[in-house]
Amino acid sequence: MSQRHPVLTMTAISKHFPGVRALDGVDFRLFPGEVHALMGENGAGKSTLIKVLTGVYGTDAGTITLDGTQVSFTGPMQAAAAGVSTVYQEVNLCTNLSVAENIFIGREPRRGGAINWRQMRRQAQEALARLDLHIDVSELLGSYSLAVQQMVAIARAVDVQARVLILDEPTSSLDADEVAQLLRIMRQLRDQGIAILFVTHFLDQVYGIADRITVLRNGRLVGEYLTADLPQLALVEKMIGKELDALEQLDSEAGKDPARVAEGSPLVEADGLGRSGAVAPFSLTIHAGEVVGMAGLLGSGRTEVARLFFGADRADKGQLVVDGKPTTIRNPIAAIDRDIAFCSENRRTEGLIGELSVRENIILAMQAARGWLRPVPRRKQDELVQRWIEALSIRPADPERPVRNLSGGNQQKVLLARWLITEPRLLILDEPTRGIDIGAKTEIQRLVAQLSDGGMAVLFISAELEEVLRLSHKVAVMRDRQLVAQLTNDESLDADRVMRAIASGARQEGLEKA
Amino acid sequence: MSTVKARLAPVTGHRLFWPLVMLVVLLVANTVYRPSFLSVELKNGHLYGSLIDIVRLSAPLILVALGMSLVIATGGIDLSVGSVVAVSGAVACLWISEQPDQNSLGGVFTALAIAFGLALVLGVWNGVLVAVIGIQPIIATLILMVAGRGLAQLITSGQIITINSEPYKTIGVGHLLTLPFAIIIALVVAVIVAVLTRRTALGMIIESVGGNAEASRLAGIRSRRITLLVYVVSAACAAIAGFMMTANVSSADGNAAGLWVELDAILAVVIGGTSLAGGRFYLSGTIVGALIIQTLTTSVYAMNIDPQTALLFKAVVVIAVCLIQAPAFRARFRRKRPLAPPPAPTAEKQKEQVPA
Repeated sequence: MSQRHPVLTMTAISKHFPGVRALDGVDFRLFPGEVHALMGENGAGKSTLIKVLTGVYGTDAGTITLDGTQVSFTGPMQAAAAGVSTVYQEVNLCTNLSVAENIFIGREPRRGGAINWRQMRRQAQEALARLDLHIDVSELLGSYSLAVQQMVAIARAVDVQARVLILDEPTSSLDADEVAQLLRIMRQLRDQGIAILFVTHFLDQVYGIADRITVLRNGRLVGEYLTADLPQLALVEKMIGKELDALEQLDSEAGKDPARVAEGSPLVEADGLGRSGAVAPFSLTIHAGEVVGMAGLLGSGRTEVARLFFGADRADKGQLVVDGKPTTIRNPIAAIDRDIAFCSENRRTEGLIGELSVRENIILAMQAARGWLRPVPRRKQDELVQRWIEALSIRPADPERPVRNLSGGNQQKVLLARWLITEPRLLILDEPTRGIDIGAKTEIQRLVAQLSDGGMAVLFISAELEEVLRLSHKVAVMRDRQLVAQLTNDESLDADRVMRAIASGARQEGLEKA
Repeated sequence: MSTVKARLAPVTGHRLFWPLVMLVVLLVANTVYRPSFLSVELKNGHLYGSLIDIVRLSAPLILVALGMSLVIATGGIDLSVGSVVAVSGAVACLWISEQPDQNSLGGVFTALAIAFGLALVLGVWNGVLVAVIGIQPIIATLILMVAGRGLAQLITSGQIITINSEPYKTIGVGHLLTLPFAIIIALVVAVIVAVLTRRTALGMIIESVGGNAEASRLAGIRSRRITLLVYVVSAACAAIAGFMMTANVSSADGNAAGLWVELDAILAVVIGGTSLAGGRFYLSGTIVGALIIQTLTTSVYAMNIDPQTALLFKAVVVIAVCLIQAPAFRARFRRKRPLAPPPAPTAEKQKEQVPA
């Protein structure tokens, strides 16, 4: 293997965005006939690296060499022409055009200026046949499943004489059979000598297909490894890293006592709750005053679990038991009626109304529950908003400022305040500390500890293990859209054990009966 | 100099500033052309004058545009208002024309009630198509825009129904407390819509749905009901405008009544500062927008502008209004004047800065 030369080499790549060092001296290489997995948590720099490679972004420093010549693409089209093709997570083809048109869009075979439709269909059929896909290419792309659409995207990518194929999370919306089909095609392309850069969050797929793994963390290269030399646990450790930060002090403050909360009666129980294509059926009990941490890699199904609890998506299996009574939660309104609150990880798209003021955003859920005919009296609004602006130290402390003008951390606090004034019994927090500065992070963690002491149940989802361990009474571990372990957070539980559970599924850890 | 600028900032920065400037410019232009333009006199206890006429004639547009503001705030649009104007006017006039005594108050009120009820049904139809079935608003309301016009012609049997009813005529040309009745109706409806949206939580919830539908759903807002409601309000406003327009001429023309009013209404809403993308809406801005459009129409006639160039003239003024309102355009214009020194930081300025 060492005899071969890499088809692509990226050396000391750096890329800055205002206030962020997205890539810092990263090296990366791709060998022909190899699948190379690019791994890292959210924000590690994977997407930036791909965009630098395909010319979407320019580089601040570093060189890219393709087949021994230095290149600098100005855009994906130019990169594709040079043999570097990309298939993105979201199929970015036109579902309203035929399969053949999608494969040849922008480079249609022509005869005398007019498109030669017959030749186009024949060539499209051939291109798909090489991937072992036999479908009617004159049908609309939208009439086929996502998996087929993904294959068509790949067919289009490799048909332009690709030597390097970049697959950016191609499997995140596919089911198991479809994934198997995709992996088979990847192997086939690899055997044809194509170099494949594969980005995914599914560890099984990485170990099923990748020959080589490069790990990024916080914009830096952690290392390049042969898959055979890197056990899963080591990979997870390298991706997550162990950061000791200023939050250690909280350990002593948050008097965790798993025994105390488990004695109380269950507040919410998921009983075989599941949704096909999103998360496998799972059972999870949350007690009053309990913080249940949810760990797992990005895309492991953490958010999907939260959305089922809140009725943001409808469960198609199992049921939710609230206060001992089985209930179906069809929509968020039903969940809110049962005192469940949900702060989405996507603050801007699923949380706040950017145009509305801080006051209006805070009051929104309470107002929605009362109905529009019974407005919250203005004096009460001002009082509540003022109290929570002070309690959460929201800055600037101006209730009438449009919320989109606030920083990420303050926006998160506004979202929290919205739900806290409704006095929920179960608060679901999906990545509440992502992308916010350390000060705000500490405040939010302290708040969660206080709320739980006050009897509120919290489902706390975070990619940061330290944080989950610090706050939770119990840690639920997600992996590949399954709840694989529930670990009581006593002295014996540490980051290593959780990582092992994430990496291996850890059924041997025992599904502890709550 | 910079302090003067800073002190004026709250005025020039107000969202109604530029629309009002436009309105004043139009009025001044008219006054220059005909100095008696601004004079208002009292005759037989009624106020008369060009200004009063402009407000009276803009009353139907104000009504339609108020309803349109709410629809646009949810991120939708209602193209069917012109047809609702025609249908409601036709039904009311048809009912009155079949009365033995067209001047009986009871008959007129029944006619209004029937026509208004029908308009509400049409509003529910629009609302169901958009909120329940999920058709894009522009298509959903296009259906009624076309079908409603046909319905109005069926009701009038393709004829122009003329009536001779004093009580009905009052809606369009009557007076109350020295003011034209139409102005009072528009004022009352404007107050009702304002109270409905700003004294309850309806306005905020409409803005929330229009600003971010998914986030609103996750906050527990029943956005379907809200969406349905705004289309009903829009149809109700259009119906009253329909009464006014037909009362003005004491006849119902299924073909011409309310033709293109939807476009004027959308324009009035946009001039008033409400974004077509949905979100924040400004009722006062909408009213100013409607007044600008009517002033423009009146000016074209009053200033004897050649009918062949009248539409072009209108278009040029509308483009000017829209450009002046666009912050990006104003910024570019400002940057082109190299003499203006960078304003010194003042207390006012500092307050505006957003600590990240």
